[in-house]
Amino acid sequence: MPIRKVRIFNGFERFWHWTQALLIFVLLFTGFRVHGYYGLISFDKAVYFHVVAALSLIVLWIFAIFWHLTTGTWRHYLPTTKGLWPVMRFYAYGIFKGEQHPYRKHFWRKHNPLQAASYLGLKLFLFPLIWFSGLAYLAYNYWQGGISHPALEWVATIHVAAAFAILAFVIIHLYLLTTGGGFLHHVAPMITGYDEVELTDAELAYLEQDEPQRLAKE
Amino acid sequence: MPGRFRSSFHLFPMLLCLVGLAVARAEPTAQAEQEGGKVELGITEYTDIGVKGGVDNPITALDEDKRRKSTADHTKYKELQGPFSSGPEVTKACLSCHNKAGDQFIHNKHWTWSYKDPETGQQLGKDWLINNFCTNARGNEGMCAQCHAGFNRTSPDYDLTKQENIDCLVCHESTGTYYKLPPSKGNKACAILFEGKPPIDWVKVAQSVRLPARANCGTCHFYGGGGDNVKHGDLSSVLFHPPREVDVHMSEQGENFACIICHVGEGHQWAGSRYNMIAWDEKEHALPKPGMERQTATCESCHGDKPHPFSIRGFKLNDHVDRVACESCHIPATARGGVATKVFWDWRTAGRLKNGVGYREEGYVQGNGEPRHTYKSIKGSFKYGENLVPTYRWFDGKVTYTTIDTVFDPSKPVEINHIEGSPQDPKSRIWPFKRMVTWQPYDKGRNTLVYMHLWGDDEDAFWGNYDFARAIRRGMEENGIPYSGEYGFVKTWSWWPQNHMVAPKEQAVDCDQCHSKNGRLKELAGFYLPGRDSQPWLDWFGLLLVGGTLAGVTGHGLLRILLRGRRG
Repeated sequence: MPIRKVRIFNGFERFWHWTQALLIFVLLFTGFRVHGYYGLISFDKAVYFHVVAALSLIVLWIFAIFWHLTTGTWRHYLPTTKGLWPVMRFYAYGIFKGEQHPYRKHFWRKHNPLQAASYLGLKLFLFPLIWFSGLAYLAYNYWQGGISHPALEWVATIHVAAAFAILAFVIIHLYLLTTGGGFLHHVAPMITGYDEVELTDAELAYLEQDEPQRLAKE
Repeated sequence: MPGRFRSSFHLFPMLLCLVGLAVARAEPTAQAEQEGGKVELGITEYTDIGVKGGVDNPITALDEDKRRKSTADHTKYKELQGPFSSGPEVTKACLSCHNKAGDQFIHNKHWTWSYKDPETGQQLGKDWLINNFCTNARGNEGMCAQCHAGFNRTSPDYDLTKQENIDCLVCHESTGTYYKLPPSKGNKACAILFEGKPPIDWVKVAQSVRLPARANCGTCHFYGGGGDNVKHGDLSSVLFHPPREVDVHMSEQGENFACIICHVGEGHQWAGSRYNMIAWDEKEHALPKPGMERQTATCESCHGDKPHPFSIRGFKLNDHVDRVACESCHIPATARGGVATKVFWDWRTAGRLKNGVGYREEGYVQGNGEPRHTYKSIKGSFKYGENLVPTYRWFDGKVTYTTIDTVFDPSKPVEINHIEGSPQDPKSRIWPFKRMVTWQPYDKGRNTLVYMHLWGDDEDAFWGNYDFARAIRRGMEENGIPYSGEYGFVKTWSWWPQNHMVAPKEQAVDCDQCHSKNGRLKELAGFYLPGRDSQPWLDWFGLLLVGGTLAGVTGHGLLRILLRGRRG
């Protein structure tokens, strides 16, 4: 089967990814400052940039959700158990033996089953958790009924706990870039948009016929 | 012109009268020759009180405004051509035209020294209360009534209906040459207060009247507690000419406000009494009603309840307004500008003598270079503070006082005024206070405070004989208060809300000052404060999760490198 360079991340997706990455970094940095772990910037500035970054990320996500729904890209995140076990076995064992990654990327399915399940969890659970707790935190004055409501402590606690989980995700996410073909090999597609994908003859024929712009010039 | 300025005064003569300022006030001699060297006598801190001309006589923006717009020139009135030989004669002349002013004023606290709290039902007012400075005015009117807005109040039996005794001049004159002396001479230790004052030119001061300026109010209110800034912490002689960074409203480089710009009122009743405070003005007074007068002295009555600009930062700051008083952030420290405030007073050491006479010690030099007394035989020992971080407390405006009949537990500090409030109460906000700490006499048998007979030319007055037993017995007897006959000393606290000396906005308290582990609000519990509070388990959870993840990927990575090497 031919291996061709196929554009798997289009412009918006790359913009979304990198902007989101930057905003999450800003949010983690300023958020843990607000929580009181360090004083590298003032509380005032930390809160300001945290709010600006959070609101920007929400706007970005409104666009991203629209994009996922209208382009059908959301299907990339559909969870499946098919092929999940070999991937898990690979990271737990095969990787140390120098085995090949068991998952072959398809142009219509860019994530391996473990990856898809992780991203789905992030998008359906962790992100909503941090947004809703964050919005409740930001808007406490509109629900606490004129008093200093004890629930604020729980809103803040959930928000910070979710932030810890996202930080853990970021660490694993970055670490996994070092596996397989190496860091740059993994990062490059998110910069250029193109990755080497094994195509069946039928797939190649389809792309050449219907989406020729996705195929890199040979 | 705002309707609240009912009467108008032509202030042109003020210019002429200001020349009077050039006449230096004769300094009373504070020292007397004693055998064995010079011994400082007396209570000369009081010499600034009631003599504003000697301190300063600033012209406020209100003065300038009135001078331009007034339709009356008091120098031309035949009623004010004199001759006058006393204050009451001037007052009669004033009341002959302002024929409702007398009736208005005799219902005012400055005259009655009495206030019944409508909420707590407590009888308050200077005539009744005991504080933890000089303790009680009652029975000591001969000294304390120097700051009564009337003439010759020498006892609690003062005739409150006699309008000619109202002192119009102390509040309204503008020459700076008018002064008030204590109504009676005390003992020898104090008598030097009365020496060397130039006579008052009654006609000149009577013709100089205007709406009260900072000099008028400040002549008493900046000296509460017996000296410059002793009592309040946020009211000192610095406010005659405050630099902008000390008081953005009253500074001549700022708004140059007179006190009555905020302490608005009509008919000789003013807003902004400490006895009944508005701790949260959002609902009642800060609603946007264009052109409407608001008879309150709150910040919100001018600035509204959303004072910060429309922006992300402004939005967050406005979120604070319902929980944090404006003063908490905008008065960054107490006693700024070079004049210290008294923070500790120990009556237990009063009465020490040198060569058989009382003396004073100067042990503190304040910011403006002037010394302050750290010991006086007549009062005991003191400590001072400047640029103090206030003490913050939840406050709902309600204050209950320890009055003469309140029984307390002397093993704990007694709160002279107890402030109420809590984070769970929507009417409470976090307020800044100065806390005054004092050891003062109490009735050991009955566990109540006492009235002391401090001032007088008799043998029982403490300021003369230095004998607590006699001073307390006399003070209690005179007022018909039961007394066990045995006195002790009890530690007391009093709380002084900080409202003045509002700094320019760029000097407001930084967020970190409160939103941090050991910040200004570390003593306040019962609510979640971001940056200060955290569930202890949350930080452990985070450490385990993030630390565990890092350990996991590190171990995974090391294993990969190790095994690859072995294979290689």
